[in-house]
Amino acid sequence: MSLLEVHGLRAGYDGVDILHGVDFRVAEGEIVAIIGPNGAGKSTAMKALAGLVAVGAGRIVFEGEDITGLRTDHITRRGIGYVPQEENVFPSLTVRENLEMGAYIAKDDPGPRIAAVFELFPPLEEKARRPVRELSGGLRQMVAIGRALMLEPRLLLLDEPTAGLSPRFVGEIFERIRSVNARGVAVLMVEQNAKKALALADRGYVLAMGANRYEDTGAGLLANREVARMFLGG
Amino acid sequence: MTEVLQLLIYGIVLGSIITLGAVGLSLIYGIVRFANFAHGDMMTAGAYFAFFFVVTLELPMFVGFPLAMAGGALLAVALDRVLFRRLRRTSPVVLLISSFGVALMLRAAIQLVWGPSVQVYEAGIEFPIRFLGLGIKPDQLHILGGSVVIVVALHLFLQRSRTGKAMRAMSDNVALARVSGIDTERVILWTWVIGAALTAAAGVFLAIDTQLHPVMGWRLLLPVFAAAILGGIGKPYGALAGGMVIGIAQEMSTLVISPGYKPAIAFAIMVVMLILRPAGLLGARR
Repeated sequence: MSLLEVHGLRAGYDGVDILHGVDFRVAEGEIVAIIGPNGAGKSTAMKALAGLVAVGAGRIVFEGEDITGLRTDHITRRGIGYVPQEENVFPSLTVRENLEMGAYIAKDDPGPRIAAVFELFPPLEEKARRPVRELSGGLRQMVAIGRALMLEPRLLLLDEPTAGLSPRFVGEIFERIRSVNARGVAVLMVEQNAKKALALADRGYVLAMGANRYEDTGAGLLANREVARMFLGG
Repeated sequence: MTEVLQLLIYGIVLGSIITLGAVGLSLIYGIVRFANFAHGDMMTAGAYFAFFFVVTLELPMFVGFPLAMAGGALLAVALDRVLFRRLRRTSPVVLLISSFGVALMLRAAIQLVWGPSVQVYEAGIEFPIRFLGLGIKPDQLHILGGSVVIVVALHLFLQRSRTGKAMRAMSDNVALARVSGIDTERVILWTWVIGAALTAAAGVFLAIDTQLHPVMGWRLLLPVFAAAILGGIGKPYGALAGGMVIGIAQEMSTLVISPGYKPAIAFAIMVVMLILRPAGLLGARR
């Protein structure tokens, strides 16, 4: 059974649809990448899944239950962690406090959850008491992903996790995504670094103009000449 | 020199009253996201709640004071549920103007219940304690001590408690707070409770320092706004510094200009600040 199924999703801003009915699915434990040119609606799709953009039509089914139109915090409670592309940390809070906020609704001691995040992202541990605004972009991104992992989601949504990072951190973040996934968390990500994302992903979707264009395994899309020519820069 | 030090003492007393008001205003601005013009009259309401407990019911001040803070908090929560919550999805301007309306309604209600004339908690003259030619009244010492206790308690709440951290998180980034699963409506309710309790405390202190009058809080609204803006509005720790600067500057100004112009000093500082450092004394927001 699919963990997430999206059918005919329409969504946009101020009554103007960006997505004109897209479909995709994520199976348990899978890494799925969504690629496509700017303006294809990739980020809008992520926001719609997280409940931050109103869904005009279509259905979002998570673990067999319809979650279309649920409030953002309720979607989070169902087990979907979302990392926005920008403004994805609380800058004035410390690293530890950012992580605590990720598990705000779990009323237990956040200690073990934080320890688990530090295990995945060891560089964060020594910065635990530093305000996040003092951290480099790569470390911030680790805080952002760590925060989304605090409730032990079954699906992690990553919107451009490597945008604006130096090449050294790009590789590191992809490596961490692989280790998150190895713990059984399914990942759905939108990426500009399309080749790297497809190399990591089990499957991928190519969106263009708010509609599905291609769908295949990560390797299949990488090998597809037309995809390469139109979307991967030759 | 003595005169300057004496004014400094008065300035610190006034500053701690303004600070309590400004911290409350700043918290509400940062989390509920609007400039609450009813803040001054909520301050007045707090002072009159204490009047009810201390004068009408003849309870001691140390009982009446926390009850007045609770009353102020309850009033704010009621206003939020009945009015502000419904308007939150509109624009900040609508909220601002509606808070202006709330201010007028509160002031009218207070006049209706307690009358338009000046009142005091305790009649009689209090003699100042003298020290090196300087004087400070016991009441003023109580105000200073009370303010320090409240500010320390607020600091511990914001830094240590789950709700306090969530309030700071929301003031950083509301959307991300929602994404984290935080029930933002609940945090907003807590913000009203805490911000309004601080404001009520400021009102009681102001009434102790001067006297009760239906426009007492309204008159202090400008200095309170100036202090919050000086500290970088939305940042409670900045408001702490801003309140002190405004309080001391207002009292010191009487050395050179007529006391009637005191509020103009607050306004002048605010304007200069907005031109020179719009993000506030403590600098950029991020």
